[in-house]
Amino acid sequence: MSTVTNNLTSTISQTNRRGFLKASAGAAGLLLGFAWPEKNQLAAQFPPPPAYIPNAFIRIGKDESVTIISPKSEMGQGSTTALSQILADELDADWSKVRVELAPVNPQLYGFQGVVGSMSIRTLWTPLRQVGANARAMLMQAAANQWSVPVAGLRTEKGFVVNPSNNARLSYGSVAEAANKLPIPTGIKVKDPKDFAIIGKPVQRLDTRAKSTGKQSFGIDAKVDGMQYALLSRSPVFGGKVASFDAAKTKKVSGVTDVVQISNGVAVIANSTWAAMEGRKVLDIRWDEGSNANQSTPAITKMFTELVSQPAAKPARKDGDAGKVLAAAGKKIEAIYEAPFQSHAPMEPMNCTAHLRTDAAGNVTGCDVWAPTQMQTAARDIAAMAAGLKPEQVQIHSLYMGGGFGRRGSVDYVGEAVEVAKAAKVPVKLTWTREDDMQHDQYRPAAMVKFTASLDANGLPAAVEAKVATPSYGFENQGVPGTAMVGLQDTLYSIPNLLLTYQGGETGIPVTYWRAPGASQNTFFWECFIDELALAAGKDPVEYRRAILKGSPRLLATLNLAAEKANWGKAPAGHFQGVSVLNHVGSFNAMVAEISITNGKLKVHKLTCAADCGHVVNPTILAQQVEGGAVYGLTAALKGAITIDKGRVQQGNFNNYDMLRIDEMPVFETHVIPSTEAPGGSGEISTPLSAPAVANAIFAATGKRLRKMPFLNKDLA
Amino acid sequence: MASIKFNLNGKPQNVDAVPEMPLLWVLRDVLNMTGTKFGCGMAMCGACTVHIDGDAVRSCITRISNVAGKSVTTIEGLSAVAGMADGAHPVQAAWIEMDVPQCGYCQSGQIMSASALLTKKANPSDVDIDEAMRGNICRCGTYNHIRSAIHRAAALTSAKTGAKA
Ligand code: FES
Ligand code: FES
Repeated sequence: MSTVTNNLTSTISQTNRRGFLKASAGAAGLLLGFAWPEKNQLAAQFPPPPAYIPNAFIRIGKDESVTIISPKSEMGQGSTTALSQILADELDADWSKVRVELAPVNPQLYGFQGVVGSMSIRTLWTPLRQVGANARAMLMQAAANQWSVPVAGLRTEKGFVVNPSNNARLSYGSVAEAANKLPIPTGIKVKDPKDFAIIGKPVQRLDTRAKSTGKQSFGIDAKVDGMQYALLSRSPVFGGKVASFDAAKTKKVSGVTDVVQISNGVAVIANSTWAAMEGRKVLDIRWDEGSNANQSTPAITKMFTELVSQPAAKPARKDGDAGKVLAAAGKKIEAIYEAPFQSHAPMEPMNCTAHLRTDAAGNVTGCDVWAPTQMQTAARDIAAMAAGLKPEQVQIHSLYMGGGFGRRGSVDYVGEAVEVAKAAKVPVKLTWTREDDMQHDQYRPAAMVKFTASLDANGLPAAVEAKVATPSYGFENQGVPGTAMVGLQDTLYSIPNLLLTYQGGETGIPVTYWRAPGASQNTFFWECFIDELALAAGKDPVEYRRAILKGSPRLLATLNLAAEKANWGKAPAGHFQGVSVLNHVGSFNAMVAEISITNGKLKVHKLTCAADCGHVVNPTILAQQVEGGAVYGLTAALKGAITIDKGRVQQGNFNNYDMLRIDEMPVFETHVIPSTEAPGGSGEISTPLSAPAVANAIFAATGKRLRKMPFLNKDLA
Repeated sequence: MASIKFNLNGKPQNVDAVPEMPLLWVLRDVLNMTGTKFGCGMAMCGACTVHIDGDAVRSCITRISNVAGKSVTTIEGLSAVAGMADGAHPVQAAWIEMDVPQCGYCQSGQIMSASALLTKKANPSDVDIDEAMRGNICRCGTYNHIRSAIHRAAALTSAKTGAKA
């Protein structure tokens, strides 16, 4: 199809702009992982664009088209549209002329390039407003020069510079070239938020049309000249290696052109994906299974149980002296909660296309990579390593992602594709099947928490101790992995004596960020345990939370709004409610779930969310993210688990690891609290809330406390 | 290898392929029509849904040899086959109007399942929608928007038919 070729051509042409952009050389750190820093550390960990260079972000054509060059890639979260709104509003552009392209990798121009931790709007809100304002000032100056009038008297109007004294008008397209040659101004003021014309409006996503007509090209749709299709056979046991292999049968399969070994397995190269699949089926490999060959889910649960029973290990947060208060307490409330591994399962499986450029003598001189990736800079670096090149010799062409959810923050599939292209000496598209994707994911880690608490004379928490066992990944802070404790250590509940500790828990199973990392399981543990405390105190769960959230007005306001909109306490006959709250990625969110259980079958009827995400850039996209995020969490709460036996994942496809489907989808309401605070994240705020809200509702219905995900019908009785 | 003739998006098509190759891979790898997506390869997700003689079918498990002589419509041809400008098919128009897609990867399949439903039931109930659409996974969670857009597409269609009458 010509559309695909065109999409790719336009992506490829982005790299040619490198010569045209004049970047001031700013030092930009290289990030291979990410953490959840405090607000004031955001800039340090996720450096913003070092200089506000308008033509790195905005290209205005003679035809009046305004092309926004998005430093962030798109996985469905809508940030390419929202970032375009920010730039276009400050620019005073005509929104109907705006389109968006994905930027090449260039940290000197764009700062940190990755879509992780709900960071895009939060970190780029201020810089991009300034870039847009600078660009507008340059266009005005160019018009002033052409008219030979002072710039001070001019104004702009939807893509035009206007001189109010004589009503003369110059379109942005007609002065863009001259504006581009002007120095970048300093001291330009951004808009007063009350004058926003595009920010805060529910404008249509820039990708809606292409995604409704089959024209949107995704990573898996990449096609380059001479390309072959590859599949890789990886060790079924994590950490295993190829001992030997026999490709004789594979090479006889029609369409198979080559079989090559790389560091991570054996690749079958063919003239179609299907031929590569057929060839891989008959590939004979003996694996050296390595040290994980006996790992299993029961063994992991047993190890976690031992770890949380040991004395408190590494403290992540210590307020007051929980140990002392608990030792003296008459009545203690104890509970152990558990969550399994989960796969990301984006609808587009992992894939990557790679082409190594060679000179006449056959030496590798460069590498082009077409990748659906959440981490452009890391993708470039792993490709360089695999190709034996310098990062500057690698061109990453970011393609749209069919979902990411954290999975595409890892770039293993990029390194593999480059290795295969190098070994096979042809451009290849490496596609993962669903089974590859599910069995060689880097999972949401399994986790266990043991809580011990005591209440004061009023029934409020006097002391809480929580011991967490889960694998470590990402950044560590004094031996405590941040992701192990997110959703616990940032709790806003007033608890005078609080001790949260990390107990360890390495499993040999690869793990990584999964939509709302840490918080997605810890919020289930914590918000259910808070309900247990409310029960012990004889209080209503919403009332109880109100009492311990007095010092946190923004979170309290979402709790109150969700309770009000959901008619808390007045569920229809036979329906039961549960509540949960969370402050996460700079936002505040509460949810009420309404369920029923009929003939032993759970039905989630309705989820009501209240969200305070600071200043909202696009209410439609915010609502999409809150709703979609909650569905992601509901799937983990109600459907499958990834389990391990003999070092292997036991699930392989949607037949044994199912997703929530349309007939199980509850009614969903999102109520947004208007705010002028800095924007918070939105893609991960509701995911953690679904499981505890539903579990708390199940308790209301049955009196049965579910302390382990997922909640299956057989567990309800 | 076999030479297989069928009708694709209203035009005659001839492909040389191994007879067992699923239609999905013929479309994507042989004919470079990548609007139809791969999600599971075992009829569990609906991402690969196309119409064969008007029925919604999972192309990932449909051998190309079984398509010989039949009419296949993909997302790329949905509007054109209905005699409309690209994106003007009522289901696509409703999808666009209601901003349904998030990542968009499942949406070709969702739209093909929804449009097949509407040719059989002009005014589907929520139960009809559950029945016809439960084979299509959306990992981004756009289900409620899909439901609303199907009702909207039904309204758009009946408005059009009404106007003609
Ligand atoms: S790819 Fe055909 S149903 Fe999933
Ligand atoms: S829109 Fe992403 S899977 Fe449906």
